[in-house]
Amino acid sequence: MSDYAPLLDALTRLRGIRGAMVVTLGDGLPVAESLMGGVKGTALAAMAATLASRSADLAARGGLGAPRFLHLQSSDGSLLVAPAAPDLVLVAIAGRDVPLGLLRLEMLRMAERMG
Amino acid sequence: MTEDIRALSAQYAADPSSLIFLRLAEALRLRGQTDAASKVAVQGLTRYPHLPDAHDLYARILADQQDYANAFDEWDTVLRLVPQHIGAHKGIGFLYYRAGDPDRALYHLRVAAELDPTDSGLRLAVERVAGGGEIWDVPMPGAPPERVARTAPISEGSDPFAGLDGARDRLLLVDAGGLRLGGGLVTPSGRDVSDDASAVLAGTTFEAGRAARMLELGEWTHLTIEGAELSACVLKPTSDTSLLAAMDAGLPAGQLAFLAERAAKTARAWLERVR
Repeated sequence: MSDYAPLLDALTRLRGIRGAMVVTLGDGLPVAESLMGGVKGTALAAMAATLASRSADLAARGGLGAPRFLHLQSSDGSLLVAPAAPDLVLVAIAGRDVPLGLLRLEMLRMAERMG
Repeated sequence: MTEDIRALSAQYAADPSSLIFLRLAEALRLRGQTDAASKVAVQGLTRYPHLPDAHDLYARILADQQDYANAFDEWDTVLRLVPQHIGAHKGIGFLYYRAGDPDRALYHLRVAAELDPTDSGLRLAVERVAGGGEIWDVPMPGAPPERVARTAPISEGSDPFAGLDGARDRLLLVDAGGLRLGGGLVTPSGRDVSDDASAVLAGTTFEAGRAARMLELGEWTHLTIEGAELSACVLKPTSDTSLLAAMDAGLPAGQLAFLAERAAKTARAWLERVR
């Protein structure tokens, strides 16, 4: 848990980020988390892992190549997922009006360090 | 007879992680309180995303709310988890019958009836759809290809993306069952992967919608997948279709989203014309 804690804390210091987690891709289990109050960690982990698995399947079948980053945009916020170490994904949940470009770059950089 | 909702609510409040949510949501559904039932079911699914009976319950609530497209997706999820789930076969059979597809309806209802031969109501439903009791003398046919992607005939001039860049190789439109309605997808190396991608595209949009719902993110608008070769933007032009727009990797995400939105608008207009 402590290995990833500084990375997650750095991520959640960005404006508008409600939480960040490291999650196993296969079964959606939380490995490390830094969440604001009200964010349900188990649900975030399960949903992010399921969506990442489905997206990886689509990427494989659709010839997109290995997924590097996922972004689910919704009316009230975003879910962002970056595949990191084998069978791990870095996950962030953000509110509206968040600088997504900066967040994406940070997550890609962190995912690379985790790998 | 419905269970005592007050008692079930108290048990659920005392132990929110228990499976009591299944009984509470079902009791609320039977009372016609489908909004409350839906809330409880979604909370339960958040904790138990791989529990078939929770998906079956949520599907029945959605069907009661006449949200048939999402009910179908939920029952489809159940059958992926448990291919012999009686409730899911009954539910999908009902939806196919309602949609005017008696062959697929009959298949699913017969599967359910054979899994539960004691259900006389189900046997009656099979005979009603089949047009008589002789159906039991006919051998059970194989499963119709409902989840296998196939290409719908697209006549010249009826392409949903006519006039758009990438109409045949970077834009793909499918229905809720994975049936390709138009467009195509070709990899940078020239391989046509339209049918492979179609088979999983609707499932991906379903998961996107479910994630947004469960995480209380509001209505989802699009899902961007950045791949090593191509980036794709996935969205739903209508409640029962899914669209994928692809571009070379490395191009700005905003440009991809713009392309996808424009394609969705064109697809919506096409669907209105052909339906």
